Amino acid sequence: MSDIQDIVGELNALTDENAEQYLTFILAGEEYAIDILRVQEIKGWNKVTTLPRTPDYLQGVINLRGTIVPIVDLRKRFKLPEIDYGPTTVVIVLKVFGEEHDRIMGIIVDAVSDVHNLKYDSIRPAPEMKGNADNRFVTGLTTINNKMVVLMDIDALMNSAEMEIELESI
Amino acid sequence: MSIDLSQFKQTFLEESDEGLDVLESGLLALDSGTADDEVIHAVFRAAHSIKGGAGTFSLTEIAGFTHIMETLLDEMRDGRREISNEAINVLLTSVDVLRELMDSARDDVPPQMGRVNEVQAQLEGVLNSASASGSDDTLQIQNGADNSTADDELAGWLIKFHPHEHMLRTGNDTVRIFKELASLGDLENCADLSALPEFEHMDPELSYLSWTIQLKNNKQQGATDKAAIEEIFEWVEDDCELSIEPLRLSSTSNEAASQDDVPPAEQSTVAVQANEQEAVDNVTPIATKADAKPALKASAKKKKAAEGGSIRVGTDKIDSLINMVGELVITQSMLSQMGDDFSMKKIEALREGLAQLERNTRELQESVMRIRMLPISFSFQRFPRLVHDLSQKMNKKIELKMVGEQTELDKTVMEKIGDPLVHLVRNSLDHGIEDPQTRLAAGKNEVGTITLNAYHQGGFIMIEISDDGAGLPKDKLLQKAIEKGLVSEQENLPDEKIYDLIFHPGFSTADQVSDISGRGVGMDVVRKNIKELGGNVDVTTEEGRGTTFTIRLPLTLAILDGQLVKVGNETYIIPLVSIIESLEIETDNINTIAGTAEVYKMRDEYIPLVRLYDVFDVVPGTTRLQDCLLVVVEGDGGKAGILVDDLLSQQQVVIKSLETNYKRIQGVSGATILGDGTVALILDMSGLLTLAKEIEPAQSYG
Repeated sequence: MSDIQDIVGELNALTDENAEQYLTFILAGEEYAIDILRVQEIKGWNKVTTLPRTPDYLQGVINLRGTIVPIVDLRKRFKLPEIDYGPTTVVIVLKVFGEEHDRIMGIIVDAVSDVHNLKYDSIRPAPEMKGNADNRFVTGLTTINNKMVVLMDIDALMNSAEMEIELESI
Repeated sequence: MSIDLSQFKQTFLEESDEGLDVLESGLLALDSGTADDEVIHAVFRAAHSIKGGAGTFSLTEIAGFTHIMETLLDEMRDGRREISNEAINVLLTSVDVLRELMDSARDDVPPQMGRVNEVQAQLEGVLNSASASGSDDTLQIQNGADNSTADDELAGWLIKFHPHEHMLRTGNDTVRIFKELASLGDLENCADLSALPEFEHMDPELSYLSWTIQLKNNKQQGATDKAAIEEIFEWVEDDCELSIEPLRLSSTSNEAASQDDVPPAEQSTVAVQANEQEAVDNVTPIATKADAKPALKASAKKKKAAEGGSIRVGTDKIDSLINMVGELVITQSMLSQMGDDFSMKKIEALREGLAQLERNTRELQESVMRIRMLPISFSFQRFPRLVHDLSQKMNKKIELKMVGEQTELDKTVMEKIGDPLVHLVRNSLDHGIEDPQTRLAAGKNEVGTITLNAYHQGGFIMIEISDDGAGLPKDKLLQKAIEKGLVSEQENLPDEKIYDLIFHPGFSTADQVSDISGRGVGMDVVRKNIKELGGNVDVTTEEGRGTTFTIRLPLTLAILDGQLVKVGNETYIIPLVSIIESLEIETDNINTIAGTAEVYKMRDEYIPLVRLYDVFDVVPGTTRLQDCLLVVVEGDGGKAGILVDDLLSQQQVVIKSLETNYKRIQGVSGATILGDGTVALILDMSGLLTLAKEIEPAQSYG
């Protein structure tokens, strides 16, 4: 019965103007969601070419059909414990809107999870937080299947001034 | 039947850009007195085509404005008007205005009419100042504004229409014109048959008639707009003599014959007096307005538009491309046929086929690169104007010579070299060439010469900007450098180093800061910009004889010849142009300074060693010097030896930007994709050596 309700809910959301589709992924047991329209593709993990004198979370660059795409390890970015890359480790290639120009960047996550339709009114604002994933990168929180999902602001994350400053200081 | 004209608008604008260039260069040629009839004809034609096109696309501001220019040019063409300096200056300013109008038409924004009207008034001032004595068949132009006061008492229009003999041949039909006119109001038409020849001499294709037409305002239709009448004659106005005069109420009561006598000259004499005054008033503003700023701004905008735009490619280049693709297809089909039933007997043929494929691919690549190559004249063509304007402003006499304009270079390089070139030329104008008095006193020709020279040398294009001016004052430079603490007084610098100081940030020897140059910002930026393109700029000078700036630029930014080197697990690419030699290390030749800084004795010089794995912080394959190879490179700050684990192959690599998706990394100029699909970084020698210097001290303390 609840299944049917779920499906009906999803269908409603699909046709609802006030909803958007999100891709969720897993990082250290937590689930995050990003706007699916920003996702260009999902790739398996492959060796990257490291860039000298860049922050350690900038894993390197890959060749994406002739374009050089920088890859950020999200675990390192949030200073989470590192794990070895496994078979579920994927690179999500994203379109990042910047002030000057748009960029293609990749993030390394533990695994991709699902695609969900989220209504705007189901998104709760994030409380004030301390830590590495601070409010700048979080647009809100929502609940999917009784689990908390963090909605992430890709642009803020990838363009964050912190990234630039760290580059300078190294 | 209506055709959507908007699709052609872009083409018109592009063509007009070319037309404007022709106009500008023609006018400059006229100004220097080197022009012949052909030049003024070309200038006239350019203005005429712009006007025609603008009319078609209802760009009334452009059409109206160009029309006045055209009238002026027409008089010059026919020898009815002297080609005066003043007129040329106004025309040149008009070209700038037209550029602005074109830009606003391109962006679909309403043009800024303030400047347009101002220049238009100047143009009319010039036009009227002498044309009173000119013959009556001058196309009489009046501004809408001029007539506005007269409109209320207007009863209609008096049109004198005298087609040139050949008008009918252009496919225009007078009957149709009259029908159109009749639709505007009541028409009284009076044909002049006096020019009709005897019947046996008559050529049926020629037009011998002329008409005097009174178009009276129709009660129902109300007043007729002059523009509406002009529109009817739009297609024939260059094949006829046409005057459209307002028909006054007072005069309508008179006999039609007397109306013919209403002398247009009377009107224009009044206008002349006013305009003469205006023209005099305007002389100064014109001169100052000819300042390069609007021109530069316009060109910058144009460049912006052009960057995303199209390029023109010669058909010969396209043909050679098609040929090459043809060969490629043949080779491909040959190889696939061989693959269908392959036996070891065919191995030799396969090898040959592959070699051919490689050759074809390389040729194809070269041809494709050639498409992006444009003659440097695209970049040079703005200088005659610049020199013209600035030399007038500074009261200097300067001749500009351009050599090697057909030298080709990559479009992207060209776009980026424009501003540094402008800066250097302005510098030569301002600081290099002295004023005529000083030149004469120094026993030189009072006309200074600036020469732009472009030529190929190896894989580079060289651009020289030389002047025969005062040269750089060595003592002054040195003194200034000591003042600024860049050089200590005891130091004995070689001449080149002293001259090189001008590229130092914030360095200016100009006694007086002018608005052209001399603020000391610039030369360092010039060098920086050129360096970013992978080139270099040098200066040679002789006091009293002149200065030469030599710019060296790679022909293309897209491809470079690289040496692949291995350091640990990483592969890097060193541009072949910066490699002097590669050698095995003899440990005896290694010395240290202060225990840490390593230098290598190569023949009779000591070169610093750069351990790439230290600079880039990668895990090295080996740190034993005798296992390493030394690649001796030349960067910005002199020579250096780079330690690598191994030399791999040499190959051409396609440069990909890191900045597209990330940002610039010091010591790395870009990346490329190797045969196996992995990314390899291309090293930037100048950046790398600077980086190595920064890192060294930190090491010695650590």
